Formats: sequence, C-alpha cells, structure tokens
Amino acid sequence: MIKVVDLCKSFKGHEVLSGVNLTIAGGYSTALIGGSGQGKSILLKHIIGLLRPDKGKVLIDNQDISKLRRRPLKQLKERFGIVFQGGALFDSLTVFDNVAFPLREKTRLKEPVIRDKVLHELSRVGLSGAEKKYPSEISGGMKKRVALARCLIMNPEIVLFDEPTAGLDPLIGKAIHRMIWECQKSCKFTAIIVTHEIPAIFSIVDSIAMLYNGKIIFTGTPEEIKVSKDPVVHQFIHGELEGPISLK
Amino acid sequence: MSWIFIPFKIIGSYTHRFIRELGKMGCFIAVSLFWIVFPPYLIQRVIKQINFIGVKTTPVIVLTGSFTGMVLALQTYYALAKFGAESSLGPVVALSLIRELGPVISALMVTGCAGSALTAEIGIMRITEQIDALDAMALNPYKYLITPNILAGVLSLPLLNAIFVVLGVFGGYAISVGLMDLSSGTYFQGIRDFIKTQDILEGLYKSLSFGFLITWISCYKGYFTGYGAEGVSKATIQSVVLSSVLILIWDYFMTSIMIL
Repeated sequence: MIKVVDLCKSFKGHEVLSGVNLTIAGGYSTALIGGSGQGKSILLKHIIGLLRPDKGKVLIDNQDISKLRRRPLKQLKERFGIVFQGGALFDSLTVFDNVAFPLREKTRLKEPVIRDKVLHELSRVGLSGAEKKYPSEISGGMKKRVALARCLIMNPEIVLFDEPTAGLDPLIGKAIHRMIWECQKSCKFTAIIVTHEIPAIFSIVDSIAMLYNGKIIFTGTPEEIKVSKDPVVHQFIHGELEGPISLK
Repeated sequence: MSWIFIPFKIIGSYTHRFIRELGKMGCFIAVSLFWIVFPPYLIQRVIKQINFIGVKTTPVIVLTGSFTGMVLALQTYYALAKFGAESSLGPVVALSLIRELGPVISALMVTGCAGSALTAEIGIMRITEQIDALDAMALNPYKYLITPNILAGVLSLPLLNAIFVVLGVFGGYAISVGLMDLSSGTYFQGIRDFIKTQDILEGLYKSLSFGFLITWISCYKGYFTGYGAEGVSKATIQSVVLSSVLILIWDYFMTSIMIL
C-alpha cells in the first residue's frame, strides 16, 4: 500500500504541493488527474523517491521512503517501475538494448536468456521486428511501448505512468490504455497513472484521485467522480470553461 | 539611505551564489570519488569512455601537436640565431612541449572536443529524464555516468599529452633539419642532454590533473544543466569556458609549486 501523508514541496519559493494526503491500495490501478502544472508528475517523483519532500512523508508498505538509507532505498526502488512522459529511452541504445538494459545491469542472466525475455516483452507490447531501431527512428507511440516493455521486464510490484498517452493520436492512445489495463490485470501490479485522458481513463482504472491547488480534492471510483457535486471536479472532468477553476 | 546598500547587496548576492556553486561542485566530486572507490567497478564503461574521450580526440591531438612543434621550432630558431645558439633548438622545443605546451594545449583540445560533448550528452540525458530513469531503476547515476568519465579523463590525458609531445618534437625536427639545415644529431643530442625525468614527471602530473579537472567540470555542468535546449547550450558554453580558464590558472599554480 502507498500512503502519502501531508506532503509539501516548493521550488524557488513557489509551493507546488501543499499538504497532499492520498492512499493507494496495492494491486489496483489509480488515475491521478488535475490541471497542467498542478504537480502530478512531482507527486509521482516523490512516490518513487526521485524527489525528497520539504514536509510530510511517503509510506510504501509503512516504510517512509524519504528516511530510508541507501541500501534499503535501492531495494525499495527495485520494486518500482516508471514510464516517463517522453519514454526516457537511452538514445544511444537500440530498442532491444533499451529493454535489455535493466536485465544486463541488475541481473546475472546469460545473454540468450536476456534475448528471450526481451523478445517476449517486445512481442507483448506489439513491437516485434523493431529491435534494431534506435529511439530517434520510432514514433511517439512506439517509444511509450518500448518504455513500458523496459519497465515490465523486471516484473515490478508498483508501476507509475507519467502521461502515457500524451501527444498520441486517439487510436494509439486507446491501444496504450488497453495495453496498460491488460498488463495490470495479468501482472497484478499497483498502477498509478498520471493522465489528462478524461473520460477515456475511467474505463481502465479502479479509482481516481484529483489534484488541485497542491492538494488532493477528490478520491473515489470512476462512477463516483462522474456524479461528483464538487464544482471544481465537475468543471474539470466536463472540460467547462466557466467555473471555479480559473484559466491562467 | 537604502541605495547606499545596493552595491553591497549585489556583491553579497554574487558572493553567496559563488560560494554555493563551489559547495555544490565540491559535493558533486566528493560523491563521484566515493563511487570510484566502491564496487561495482564498471570497467567496460570506462573503456567505452576512454574511446570517447581519448581515441576520438587523437586526430586533433596529432594535428595540433605536429603544428605546435613546427611553429615553435620556426619561431625559436630565429630568436636563438641572434645569439648563435641554434644548437639549443632541440632542447628548447622539447622542454617547452614537455613541461607546458603539451599538457596545456592537449587539455584545451580535449576540453573543446570531448568536454563539450560530455556536457551536452549528460545535459540532454538530464532534460529527457534519462538520468531519472537510471535512478528509478535503482542504478546510481554517479556510478554509471560520472565515475567512468572521470577515470577515462584521468587515464586518457597523459596518453594524449604523450602523443602531442612526441609529434611536436618530430614537427620541430622536420623544420629544424628540413628547413633550417640543423643537423639531426645536434637536435636529438641536445634533447638527450637537457631533458630530465623531473621534466617528464611535471608534464605527467599536469595532464593527470587536467584530465580530472576537465571531466569534473564537464560532468558537473551537464548533470546540473538548465531547462530545455537553451539550458544545455548554456551549460556547454560554461563548461568549455570554465574548464579552459581553470586549466590555465591551475597550470600556473602547478608550475610554481614544482619549480620551487
């Protein structure tokens, strides 16, 4: 279980997160929604330990991630996988080498075993035949799928997705959503998906959390958010221009 | 009255920023050195970076080394001829190259070729979240990115310096013997008589420290680059300028220490 308690974070005097409280049940998928610049990706980076909070804590199975020493933190990070917004693929490596990278660096598996695993993972995300291509030679959708394959190859318990369908056409976006859903159901990992894909995301997640003005203002199921009476939530999920959310 | 304090405020702000930057650089290198000592040792990464820093800079070193030796011989010959001391041309060229020009110019060439590329590469990795991806995979970015570059820089610079000096000496030989009709024996005998092990060691220590300095600054500037393409561009410029300036300053201090 992931528990975020009273998390605060500022950058150069500007407070991005001002007391975030959130509980995410293990084995389920949660979508994290909110306007641009509200700190969704920042919250994600706190959950995986890439950023340290100014105040508050992030508990992963009751362990405070910001207080862990080097070795336990490393062990904890090994339980995570993350798919970054731009894929964060290593541009000097081929698709095959990108997916094989964690296995080569963190395990002592022999090259034929690594090869089998990588090819299996690439076929799972529909990228058989693209092994020799470099990240600069493939499309945005393919990059996201390579990133997903690289993330899933280590069988993580918790997977974080930072806008996995940003910049993709609706069909590819839908295919990525379905892929995430299928992988989550088959591997049973805990998924946190930062997204703006509303209402498409409602059909693939178990719960939704909405971040607004540095705080979580809603948590509940997709059915509950659809009938929410909160004016901010209502305006945001219906994409209305009039309402309490001011457009800056 | 508050305007009186404005200059103090500006000076204070710059001093504060300078000290903070120094501290950050100090912490960066301390963490990097810590990870050089502790396993796992990424030998293959070091070899790859030696290829990147050392091998790929070699053609530039070959060219600059040869021409530096040639121009040095040409200039020095006419100066020495005024005193009838042409026979000292060999040791003067060799000594200048071994003690000063070799380490300094080869370091400046590496800064321009490999140092700038290192900063840009690490900077792009930073802005495209590749460094975060390493961290998220529980792989230490210092261990994986920074320490192999520092080791490669320290190992490559003395070798590049040696190539520079040897080619410089032979460039000087080509001018002295081919153009100025100095005898081959006079040129090399002078070098043999005047060059001491201490001179070679001085050049070696200098190039070792320059290798460390270049990779430290290049990696640091790339690792803490600003946002976007402009941030990487600024970091690359700062890296080249700072490395070049520090090479010359550090050269002065090393020379004054070793000359005593």
